[in-house]
Amino acid sequence: MAEIFAYIKHADGVADDSALELFVAAKKIAADATVTAVVTGSGADMDKICTEMAAVYNAVWKIDNAALAYPNAEVVRKALVNTLPADSIVLLPHDTFGMDLGPGLSIKMDSSFAADIVGIEGTDGGALKVIRQEFSGQVSTHVTCDIAAGAVLNIRPGVFQYDDSKAGGDVADKSGDAGDLSVKRTFLEVVEAEAGDVDITKSEVLVSVGRGIEDEDNVEIVFDLAEAMGADVSCSRPIVDAKWMEKSRQVGTSGQTVKPKVYMAMGISGSFQHMGGIKGNPFIVAVNKNTKAPIFQVADVGIEADILEFIPELQEAIEGL
Amino acid sequence: MEILVCVKRVPDTSENEIEINSDGNDIERDDLVYSVNEWDNYAVEEAIQIVDKVGGSVTVVTVGDDESEEVLRREMAMGANNGLLLTDDAFEGSDGKGIATILKGAVEKGNYDLIMTGAQADEGAAQVGGMLAAMMDYPYASLVNLIEAGDGKLKVGREIEGGNQEMNEIELPCVLSIQTGINEPRYVGIRGIRKVASVEIPELGAGDLGVDAAAIGEDAAKVKRVDYFMPDMGEGAEMLEGSTEEIIAKLIEYLKAKGGLK
Ligand SMILES: Cc1cc2nc3c(=O)[nH]c(=O)nc-3n(C[C@H](O)[C@H](O)[C@H](O)COP(=O)(O)OP(=O)(O)OC[C@H]3O[C@@H](n4cnc5c(N)ncnc54)[C@H](O)[C@@H]3O)c2cc1C
Ligand SMILES: Cc1cc2nc3c(=O)[nH]c(=O)nc-3n(C[C@H](O)[C@H](O)[C@H](O)COP(=O)(O)OP(=O)(O)OC[C@H]3O[C@@H](n4cnc5c(N)ncnc54)[C@H](O)[C@@H]3O)c2cc1C
Repeated sequence: MAEIFAYIKHADGVADDSALELFVAAKKIAADATVTAVVTGSGADMDKICTEMAAVYNAVWKIDNAALAYPNAEVVRKALVNTLPADSIVLLPHDTFGMDLGPGLSIKMDSSFAADIVGIEGTDGGALKVIRQEFSGQVSTHVTCDIAAGAVLNIRPGVFQYDDSKAGGDVADKSGDAGDLSVKRTFLEVVEAEAGDVDITKSEVLVSVGRGIEDEDNVEIVFDLAEAMGADVSCSRPIVDAKWMEKSRQVGTSGQTVKPKVYMAMGISGSFQHMGGIKGNPFIVAVNKNTKAPIFQVADVGIEADILEFIPELQEAIEGL
Repeated sequence: MEILVCVKRVPDTSENEIEINSDGNDIERDDLVYSVNEWDNYAVEEAIQIVDKVGGSVTVVTVGDDESEEVLRREMAMGANNGLLLTDDAFEGSDGKGIATILKGAVEKGNYDLIMTGAQADEGAAQVGGMLAAMMDYPYASLVNLIEAGDGKLKVGREIEGGNQEMNEIELPCVLSIQTGINEPRYVGIRGIRKVASVEIPELGAGDLGVDAAAIGEDAAKVKRVDYFMPDMGEGAEMLEGSTEEIIAKLIEYLKAKGGLK
């Protein structure tokens, strides 16, 4: 079996949640696998992260280089191609960084690539069987991935929850192997998101609306319902893309992380990028006209209805209380 | 600037309920309504806007079958200048790497400064752009939500977690995958489609593209779909049943109990 490596995402001296989730995922490929954490970066934070990872992983490879101070995927790719053995299995989080790095890495390592993995069913000969989803989670598929010559596997964040399992190992400094790290894409800066007029991260009750609202003119009924409930209004991404609401109201991995007591998902399908922004285990009510919408898998209470009809009726009933 | 935009024809999820066929090896494709992958419309719009500013032309390309021609025409009705249909029996069953290999053939036949893809398509893989870039040895940036054209290079913003934006400078030629929200794709009416209905769209096969048949198609695919199944519903939601009045009454009880009403 090829060696398994997990790329450790970290910022400001703190490891990302995915850092330990990838350990759990790797052990699903083979329980007895030797799993090495790869920590790239530069400076003082490196040792802290490496020590933390050494408490869990079988081994840690540290690649310290000034060019890696910010994780520019193009630079990281070169560092990994230069250091890792040719037929490695490399695990990455399927997030904005893993999407940037994974596909190209698989080409340069001449290995297979499987994205957004939500389940791992083990190996059969040279093939790894995994579970993926298509059409925003409406259907699942079993996919086999030939790992004989290595693989890059992008793992969906939050699926393989860390379970306190540990192997434990030493930190090896591989900085000398990083080689030439010159690239044609230069990182400049991170521009922070602008704050809006409401801070939905503090809201206790959210009426959240998705593409099911169909038209900009209908957005008003959502605000009316929220007002009747004493709630704030949030939304899914397509509503922001269409410029019907401001970005500060978007819930999800590329928007806000909210922690309400009650979350009303109106005409939202329940993609993982949307659900990734909902924390603290709120009571979720989903209203959707498609009973197969993935949101019904995670909601507490579901209602099959057309929101354009349901929202005004609910508002009226609440106002009549 | 010469721009190539890769587009994929996908089932339109707002028009269809996705069902699994009786053999469990595919979705029911017979009655599906297809459209252009949502992300690709943003890429085409962005390409048109860049060319409007700095000059050049926009070519749209897809790997598919005869029916895929309609998505090319749609994007040409938006304003893309040329279309290219890459089609061949040998392409069937390609995995993401196979699709990228075929597209590389088209890139090499042209003289493009900038290649764009959507950030992801219906299968949520987000793979083709990054693979194509690495195959071409071009720099790559994914999830791009801002482009400023410069001399021999671009300034691009990448959308990262929390709505933050990572600014980069990238040398041309390069590959960018485009995130939704970067612009507002223009509306295409029937009239626009009619205008381009008779424009010739060249079809290219493996031979024309100089693509090695051993690197594409089902036999070359290292990633293979085995079957489709419905996701495990787990416990799932408690579905409220009854008349609308009854449903609303039950819902209000829940909302009161959970602190959802003030
Ligand atoms: C890198 C990346 C980051 C992303 N970040 C985010 C993010 O932060 N937040 C986010 O939300 N998304 C994000 N997305 C997009 C995400 O993948 C989904 O595309 C998006 O969440 C879908 O939004 P939706 O549920 O509103 O729309 P859809 O998926 O189109 O769902 C609409 C739902 O409404 C239902 N419906 C339609 N009409 C009605 C009606 N009249 N009454 C009742 N129900 C109706 C439909 O059955 C469907 O279930 C991201 C994507 C990428 C690639
Ligand atoms: C009948 C059938 C059999 C298949 N068999 C397999 C299989 O055995 N193994 C497997 O892994 N996959 C298989 N696929 C999936 C298919 O190969 C995918 O199209 C491929 O993986 C790329 O699409 P994606 O959704 O992953 O693209 P993504 O990487 O998510 O898409 C990103 C962008 O890449 C570009 N792009 C993607 N596809 C195309 C295209 N066709 N033409 C032009 N640009 C494109 C677009 O700009 C798109 O926005 C099969 C598909 C069908 C319909």
